[in-house]
Amino acid sequence: MTAAPTPRPGGARPSVPVTLDGTDVLAHEGETILALARRVGVPIPTLCQLDGLSVYGGCRLCSVEVAGEHRLPLACATEVVPEMEVRTTSPTLANHRRRIVALLFAEGSHVCAACVASGACELQDLASENGVDHISYEMTFPRTPVDASHPKFILDRDRCVLCTRCVRVCDEIEGAHVWDIAQRGNQAHLIAGMDQPWGEVSSCTWCGKCVAVCPTGALAWQGTAPGELHADPGLIAFLTDARDGTWDDRAGGNERRDDEEVAP
Amino acid sequence: MGAQIDLDAVRDGELGARSRRTHRALVCSSTGCLSAGAAGVRAALKADVEAAEQSETIQIVPTGCRGICSRGPLVQVEPRGEDPTLYQHVDTDGAHAIARDHLLGEGVTADVEVVAPNLPFLEGQVKVVLANAGRIDPERLEDSVAAGGYRALHTAITSMTPEQVLDQIDRSGLRGRGGAGYPTGRKWKLLAEAPGTDKVVVANGDEGDPGAFMDRTIMESDPHRVLEGLAIAGYATGAERGFLFLRAEYPLAIERLERAIRAAKRGRLLGKGIFGTDVTFNLEVRVGAGAFVCGEETALLASIEGRRGTPTLRPPYPTERGLWGQPTMINNVETLANIPPIINRGPEWFRSLGTEESPGTKVFALAGSLTTTGLIEVPMGISLRTIVEDMGEGVPGGRSFKAAQTGGPSGGCIPERFLDTPVDYEHLRALGSMMGSGGLVVIDDSVSMPEFARFYMEFCRDESCGKCVPCRVGTVELHALLDRICQGTGRQRDLRHLESLCRTVQATSLCGLGQSAPNPVVSTLEHFRSEYEALLTDVPAATTRGGS
Amino acid sequence: MTDTTEPGVHGRRLRVATAWLGGCSGCHMSFLDLDESLFDLADRADIVFGPLADIKVFPADVDLTLVEGSVTNSDNQELAAAIRANTTVVVSFGDCAVTGNITSLRNGLGDPSGMLERVYVEHPDLTGQLPTDVVPTLLPQALPLHDVIDVDVYLPGCPPSAARIKAALFALLDAIESGQDVQSVMATRAPDDIRFGN
Repeated sequence: MTAAPTPRPGGARPSVPVTLDGTDVLAHEGETILALARRVGVPIPTLCQLDGLSVYGGCRLCSVEVAGEHRLPLACATEVVPEMEVRTTSPTLANHRRRIVALLFAEGSHVCAACVASGACELQDLASENGVDHISYEMTFPRTPVDASHPKFILDRDRCVLCTRCVRVCDEIEGAHVWDIAQRGNQAHLIAGMDQPWGEVSSCTWCGKCVAVCPTGALAWQGTAPGELHADPGLIAFLTDARDGTWDDRAGGNERRDDEEVAP
Repeated sequence: MGAQIDLDAVRDGELGARSRRTHRALVCSSTGCLSAGAAGVRAALKADVEAAEQSETIQIVPTGCRGICSRGPLVQVEPRGEDPTLYQHVDTDGAHAIARDHLLGEGVTADVEVVAPNLPFLEGQVKVVLANAGRIDPERLEDSVAAGGYRALHTAITSMTPEQVLDQIDRSGLRGRGGAGYPTGRKWKLLAEAPGTDKVVVANGDEGDPGAFMDRTIMESDPHRVLEGLAIAGYATGAERGFLFLRAEYPLAIERLERAIRAAKRGRLLGKGIFGTDVTFNLEVRVGAGAFVCGEETALLASIEGRRGTPTLRPPYPTERGLWGQPTMINNVETLANIPPIINRGPEWFRSLGTEESPGTKVFALAGSLTTTGLIEVPMGISLRTIVEDMGEGVPGGRSFKAAQTGGPSGGCIPERFLDTPVDYEHLRALGSMMGSGGLVVIDDSVSMPEFARFYMEFCRDESCGKCVPCRVGTVELHALLDRICQGTGRQRDLRHLESLCRTVQATSLCGLGQSAPNPVVSTLEHFRSEYEALLTDVPAATTRGGS
Repeated sequence: MTDTTEPGVHGRRLRVATAWLGGCSGCHMSFLDLDESLFDLADRADIVFGPLADIKVFPADVDLTLVEGSVTNSDNQELAAAIRANTTVVVSFGDCAVTGNITSLRNGLGDPSGMLERVYVEHPDLTGQLPTDVVPTLLPQALPLHDVIDVDVYLPGCPPSAARIKAALFALLDAIESGQDVQSVMATRAPDDIRFGN
């Protein structure tokens, strides 16, 4: 693991000394544990977190151990402080993460073989990366009706993990707030508009950002066959950075160095 | 807005009017007695007194709760200059008998049962926050003022600086009565020191533990005390706005609090320029939709703002960024009810009650398998055995005591061998339970502990807000595992999954609801493991672990 | 044909079985995609039961059984019990056995009688009646194998690729021969070797 300090756009160099899994690294002031870990190449599992959206803290997968802390802080929400000692992996954390992923599989109808998102699904990847090879909990086998009322998109609530990325992207980026959560506990579910069929919600702009950020196959393009959906979660950080004037280095294209001139 | 009322004049007027009466009949009119028929009792008494044209000399007073709810409806008759008599299980016939014999006749009627004045349930109590409960008409400001209401607010505002008030509360050692026991003085100081000019104080009356009704009783029986406590908190911390948050399931408390606020505003005890000073404190009631999770402070604030009542991440803490981004402090109703007596009688007096670490009293809702149940207020540090065996008069019906559950769905079970434990924050936590808001359920030997744990898990499952995965799904799966075990189809691996999932839900849930939801399972497993194992289909022949 | 100089257990060659419960046989197809590695398997073990071996009764004393498919009817239930009673290492083989997968999609519909009615009566073939004797009774739910019997190893995938089958299978055979704990051997699998779907 290398931890070469990389400058931020604007030239500030990281200056906060932090110990990450036993290695001394320098963090930016105000940087979250997750941002630091990603910058220096330490993987921490996440699901509800998405760069460009507000912090939610619902999936709990990025829980880490911090020396002196009684509870497990969330990497996505906790800013580094000088001399912080962070452990991103431990047998206990691995067990917690495995159980949380297994709970998500038990809750929904995550039949990868029949899912549009198979192959590009963050939940499927989380199972592989965290060693979830079976679900020891009682499967719920939900059967909620699919909302196919929208001309362009489709919603299968049985595949929804309630990460609220769609809720947040629609509210915070698109400004339409088509999505929200209704009911509570295991009755909680995604609703469009005033709990209407999606196709009847006039505030929907058809922008498709909710589909782009969905980590599973819950939100998809109409007519997508199993394995054909490819979400584009990086789109949002790209958009917000563009809005802020700090272009990011989007993986897989659109790479732009800081010293490059930005077209208006 | 009316004129500023003069507390002394109101008190003297009220006591003067009272001295012209020959009898007062106090009819408990809290939710418990009302549901047992107190309204009919009151109407009958009133009708008889009016028929006898004695309305001027005999006063029928609807009051708050006396605590022995299992014996309601309760009527206390107080002839001037004589000892009071407390009647129990009064129905309309009984009311007519009381009117005929006691109010209008020679003395105590023989037709209605009387509560012994030395009833252990009543004798062991020390009433601080419930001092007026059952003694005043909660719907009349004058009654409250005659009993000393708003005296502490007057003292604080007219003769103390906010710093002096903070110092008094800090030195009293008062700790949050909502369950966690955070020092109240420290919390107040956090808000006082927070930058910002639009600070807010909130009373948390969103009581939701099954079987618990401490806060409801305080709000129903002595609403002005809660208002006064909150106003003092506002003065001490520099907050000019306050909210009383309670659940829609408490209609009587809502009604009485709103009536109290209107009366206090009319008398300039709330609002702008209290007691002729430039102190302002405005107060509103906000009613939740009945979600248990809204007792969690960040979810409570979201609900007040009109948003979905789900917890948010802390930090930022409410004292940094709370209601509409402003520094906000949330105190439990019972905590606030302790404030006026501390100001009136001083922190040293308060410290003389309870223990060094947990001064003062605590109100408990005593329920379950006990001879006498209801609401009690006892000094901290009292032993569970005193509460259960003396005050509650033990387990009835030839059954024997098995465990006491404190802290509701967040708490744990305490078995017989720990009954001598003093009741305070630290001791209960050390036993794997918690003080909680004050629910205390006694379980007898007929109860299956796995089923008991399943009941609480079902409650938590249904009350989870659904935001975080371990609580939303973990409680569903824990309930499914408990259900399988209770139905006799569980296996050893189910017990293993139960224990490991409890650890994950405790460690990774977002808020206190999820973090503490496994507690009833964990504590019953610790003390009554053999009951779980006996239900498994593949239990090993010789099981020696645990046991009760 | 038994070569006693080969490594094995109990002084005999390894005995491997496969079983096909409620599934599409895709996992078995993927198993056949082991291609030339099937020769390596044949060198080390006898295939003593399964769709690839015409044997009617599950034999005793099997070292390892790959079980494809969920437990969806009464026959599956009986076979699963026989497998567990006679096998040292039971492998839940493919997503249907591991999670219920496609076969479990019916579970959300509730009791299967309505579904049977729809298929056999409302949209009838020539007979227009519910099957009685020959077709085994459907269980109320299609269950993952581990809900019915204890499972030692999980090999997810729809189907698991031949490469994943090969990696797991030979590691398991090694472990059985050397007396290692199969679960700890499998615990060190790479993320690529554990994957639902394909």
